[in-house]
Amino acid sequence: MFPRVAEVMTPIFLDCSSGEPLVPEAREAWLVAVSAGWGDPQRLHRPGRLAAQALDAARSRVAAHVGARPDEVVFTGPLAPTAQAAVAGLALGRRRVGDVVVTSAIEHSAVLAAAAAYGQHVTVGVDRLGRIDLDAWTDAVSGPGVALACLQVANHEVGTLQPYEAAAEACRAAGVPLVLDATTAIGRIDTANLGGWSVLLGWAGAYGGPASVGLMVVRRGTRWRAPFPADDHQQGRWPGTVDVPAVWSAVAALDAVSKDRDVVGGRQHSLVDRLRREVGARVPEVDLAGDPVVRVPHLLTFSALYVDGETLTLELDRAGFAVASGSACSASSEHPSHVLAAMGALTHGNVRLGVSRTTTEAEVDAFLAVLPGVVHEIRGRLGAA
Amino acid sequence: VSASTDEPGDAVDLSLDCTGLRCPRPIIEIARRIGVVPVGGLIELLADDPATTPDLAAWCRMRGQELVSSAAPRFLVRRLV
Repeated sequence: MFPRVAEVMTPIFLDCSSGEPLVPEAREAWLVAVSAGWGDPQRLHRPGRLAAQALDAARSRVAAHVGARPDEVVFTGPLAPTAQAAVAGLALGRRRVGDVVVTSAIEHSAVLAAAAAYGQHVTVGVDRLGRIDLDAWTDAVSGPGVALACLQVANHEVGTLQPYEAAAEACRAAGVPLVLDATTAIGRIDTANLGGWSVLLGWAGAYGGPASVGLMVVRRGTRWRAPFPADDHQQGRWPGTVDVPAVWSAVAALDAVSKDRDVVGGRQHSLVDRLRREVGARVPEVDLAGDPVVRVPHLLTFSALYVDGETLTLELDRAGFAVASGSACSASSEHPSHVLAAMGALTHGNVRLGVSRTTTEAEVDAFLAVLPGVVHEIRGRLGAA
Repeated sequence: VSASTDEPGDAVDLSLDCTGLRCPRPIIEIARRIGVVPVGGLIELLADDPATTPDLAAWCRMRGQELVSSAAPRFLVRRLV
């Protein structure tokens, strides 16, 4: 059913906002681990012991990256079930305190869904750049009956970094556990000291590991209770057998991207600066979203007036560029991006770019050469040129 | 962008019915037609696409127009430029 690899790889891939293609180190690690680490880590025989050792080593390596203890690291699945477990587990552990769940208005939809499902959801607004109102955040988490709060390190659409340390401090002062969603930050910025979080979330697919592996790091002493029947795997904090080769691959990816993080991140930061400047200069009537400076290195979101996101995405694909869009009808949703709407940004004609680890200046230039004509042509077709 | 709910009752200079049209069509329509009302004039936009609420506010900000009220499916915009 899949075409040949060469056909898939032809477009210039600028869609690393939600996930980075698997890095070579992750592929190699997986191949090694399926040969030597395939055993059930619960077993006492040699294959089992090898797998158990690999899992212990993987926990230690992740712990070092996020500033935690190895026994605090839980390997989970994609972000949605991981966020559900984090939120539901804290809501359960804190049910005597109350059931209010405070989040920013621009958390990932999986986090917002979990907050609405497991508590009384209170959202804190953001400014035009996507940054939370710290006073409103402090008021919200200090209110009565707050079970937990959730905040991203960086937004997954516009890249803006939140004042996560100050937000965590407000939670600490109020005695409220904070779920810090580091999905967009891990492997992109230094995550070894992200402040006073209680539960940290991550996903390997975001930084070039396998999409099946997520992270939930639960600090010792956090009142988190398993919201599902606990079993013998991972101390009852995530049910079911661990896919050790996938975990090994996820950790290899994290080590690999962390090793050259500053070099790659610096290059990506410059490429996004250039994209931001040139898109604004070359495309009339464009709304650039997010913080131009205080952001993760690889993301840029902008919207062109009088263009629909679906046509724009398809025309860019035809021209050889793979991009994402937060416009309604351009993804799987009938509704526009809640992130853009909460920021007061234009939601139609939206393009979300995530430059990859290997994106070159020539590729960025090629995109910038094509984009104005594509936008102009669509505007003309819609009678808006 | 300022938004308030005190609507001048009968002062609408132009009414655009974009009900049933998908975004960005309602925004394209108001952009095409705003020139026919005088500066200071009021335009009523009827639109039920869910993107209209954020996008009309963003359009007013980008184009220097005033969003007088926003209560889907009825929106009021004052021409300022």
